[in-house]
Amino acid sequence: MAREATDNRPLSPHLQIYKPEYTSVLSITHRATGVALALGTLLLVWWLLAAAMGADAYATVQACLRSWFGRLLLFGWSWALFYHLANGIRHLFWDAGYGFELATAQKSGWAVVIAAAALTIVAWVVGLTARGG
Amino acid sequence: MSLRSPLARVRGLGSAKEGVQHWWMQRLTAVALVPLSLWFVAAIVCHAGAGHAQMRAWIAAPTVAIPMLLLIVATFHHAQLGLQVVIEDYVHHEGVKVASLIAVKFLAVVLAAISVFAVLKLAFGG
Repeated sequence: MAREATDNRPLSPHLQIYKPEYTSVLSITHRATGVALALGTLLLVWWLLAAAMGADAYATVQACLRSWFGRLLLFGWSWALFYHLANGIRHLFWDAGYGFELATAQKSGWAVVIAAAALTIVAWVVGLTARGG
Repeated sequence: MSLRSPLARVRGLGSAKEGVQHWWMQRLTAVALVPLSLWFVAAIVCHAGAGHAQMRAWIAAPTVAIPMLLLIVATFHHAQLGLQVVIEDYVHHEGVKVASLIAVKFLAVVLAAISVFAVLKLAFGG
């Protein structure tokens, strides 16, 4: 009896069954960027350690980061950081109890997407101009 | 019906025995990382073309080394807490789950230690 009650309990459908909504896509992207950033810390560790080890090791890291693949990684990393940062601030507002209405949540979602894109572009334009291409 | 008083329940801090500690630390490190990560990206962008000597001199300054150390501690703490939730949500095999949680925690501490060592060596290494 008890067994049957637990077996027949209505379950929430899986992620694959839900139709992706704008807000749910933003939510899973927050997680995905978080995991990606955690992996990206390896880059930070490598960079700091190489700098501490000396000029040669540092030059190797810099050369890797300046290759097309290095730049692609850094570009992705910078976007992920800005996205996670902006959406994280959105989460902090929710934690404080603000912005739960659907219209507000969708608007703040758009603000996050735009802010992440804008900050990524600004960072790269400034960075590339500063070092002269 | 529970015969435990609300105070006893609060002192027990729930089934995980840590109450809102995880949730709160995740938020606290998040708030700390807002200025720290913005500072870090801005600094990296401004030093995009710097060589080793320049980079060393830059990081050795207390105004850089100290925020860098704070950034390292907050980043690895925040990353560990976040990965823990992801593992708890998606890894269903109990053994794999516990092993992953231990691995992530150890790795976060080791990587933070390496990074802190690197910054201190750059700052004091002479």
